[in-house]
Amino acid sequence: MTARAETVQQKKVNTGRRTDLTGYLFVLPFLIAYGLFLVWPVILGLRMSFFDWSLVGTGTTDFLGLANFRELFGDPDFWASLWHTILFTLLSTPPLVLIALGLALLANRAVPARWFFRLAFFAPYVLPVSTVALIWVWLYQPGFGLINSYLVSLGLPEVDWLAGENVAMLSVVIATVWWTIGFNFVLYLAGLQEIPEELYEAAALDGAGAYQQTRFITIPLLSRTTFLIVVLQILASLFVFDQIYIMNTSGGLNYTVTRPIIQYVYEQGFTQYRVGFAAAMSYVFFVLILVFNIVQFVLARRRRREA
Amino acid sequence: MTVTEARTPGEIQEKTAGTGRRRLGNWLAFGVLLVAAIIWLIPLAWAIDTALKTEADTTAIPVTWIPASGFTFESFVEVLGAGNLLRWYFNSALTSSAITVIVVVLASLAAFGLSRVPFRGRTIVFWVILAGLMVPPQVLIVPLFTEMNFFRLVDTYPGIILPQIASPLAVFIFKQFFDGLPHELEDAARVDGASRLRIYWQIWMPLSRPVIAAVAIFTFVLSWNNFILPFIMVTNTEMMTIPVGLATVQSSYGVRYADIMASAVLGGLPLIIVFLFFQRQIVQGIANTGLKS
Repeated sequence: MTARAETVQQKKVNTGRRTDLTGYLFVLPFLIAYGLFLVWPVILGLRMSFFDWSLVGTGTTDFLGLANFRELFGDPDFWASLWHTILFTLLSTPPLVLIALGLALLANRAVPARWFFRLAFFAPYVLPVSTVALIWVWLYQPGFGLINSYLVSLGLPEVDWLAGENVAMLSVVIATVWWTIGFNFVLYLAGLQEIPEELYEAAALDGAGAYQQTRFITIPLLSRTTFLIVVLQILASLFVFDQIYIMNTSGGLNYTVTRPIIQYVYEQGFTQYRVGFAAAMSYVFFVLILVFNIVQFVLARRRRREA
Repeated sequence: MTVTEARTPGEIQEKTAGTGRRRLGNWLAFGVLLVAAIIWLIPLAWAIDTALKTEADTTAIPVTWIPASGFTFESFVEVLGAGNLLRWYFNSALTSSAITVIVVVLASLAAFGLSRVPFRGRTIVFWVILAGLMVPPQVLIVPLFTEMNFFRLVDTYPGIILPQIASPLAVFIFKQFFDGLPHELEDAARVDGASRLRIYWQIWMPLSRPVIAAVAIFTFVLSWNNFILPFIMVTNTEMMTIPVGLATVQSSYGVRYADIMASAVLGGLPLIIVFLFFQRQIVQGIANTGLKS
């Protein structure tokens, strides 16, 4: 081997190493943040869930093994709050998807003042949750509450929106639909824009009316968007906490029929200081979410393969 | 006329009836939308209306939109003067801006590395980051608090900012955009001997303005409205952000509804104003970010 070939070889290795180094330097700042504030809490949470870890003490005192989990599965409050979260998801997802779809289909027609509708439906989405909760608590009041006053003037009985055992969750759902529908509405509008105009023209020439066009062109071509919106919505609904917590603590919302799982985690961890127990509960919920994510991922892949 | 003459009269009739029906359908759609929009705006209008009433008028029965003793700005003045609202505005603006800047910088740097620097192990790194999309911050509140408490960052700005800076979604969105850009731009600059950092800064960043805007807007709105994180990290009223602070006003004002609605309206105002100015960008940004994820 000549000296020249050797230096070329050497140079190649060097640039390879330099590329590696440059690459790591670009990714490193993010990875540090990612490791500190995402990966580490995930590991710490798992560790905590096996200990009798308390927020006020120094931590790792007593190793409990699976005791936190055993207690959890025997705790009726855990099951009740998990059920409230699932109930909220079941009740909120259909209207949040269907009403958004309906409004987007209507707004996608040649109607005047489309900007105004986008504004009206989307504006509540940018409001902070506390504003939303305070407004709806006020609307739901008995007597001088706006909704009940309208019901009475229509000759209907008042509804105990906040404290009523059977309606409290529904009240949360209504407020949430009002607050977040704009997000799904905007996603649907974007999905509608991607359907080529020619398809409608062709269908119109074949004599398809507006209903048939919607039924046989728009809805099928929107299925990818719908799948995405349903998945995002279910995930968003499963993490419900903010509005229920605020309406519970400062609005007199019925606590026993609405408290979601995240709120129970919060109470156990931050007001009862049972951090290990709360971490264990988070983890059980996390695993449920992971299962949902995996199912959703597999379904999405299968759809893509079929398409 | 010559073209239509070739068709049968029946077809022509059907076609004109079709457009007539279409026009009717559009007006019908407009009507339904208008009713829906009014229903959607009533809660906001009622909140503003209540905030402009005297306390006595808020609970008057029968309920009216136009109060007996007229409208007044009393509640707005009181809330702005007495409460911590201005301080909360400042806290929210500071933390959300910091989060937005850090997220854009960290995520775009990482995405550039993953997309443009062929270093060994980058596929693994990318998958590790993507896995983070599966981890919802809500399930991390307990360990995150413990960690921040360990660093003595509870009740501080970094305590609110740091847990929100690692956004795998932002990396993903930047990487997708970078992957779509042509190589030639970069090759020319590399021949000229420009370093990768300079290529990132002088070529890639200016080209990425629309993505930067989308990620920045998305991050800003989400962090401004983030409730649970500042809620667990802050106990001192002075350090609260708008959403957290507002959640405590009901108890501090008791049942003074005009005051409560005034603070609710003021709390929502900044983002509503931002939204009115950047409506198109916000809507487009959210649509793009959402559809890509």
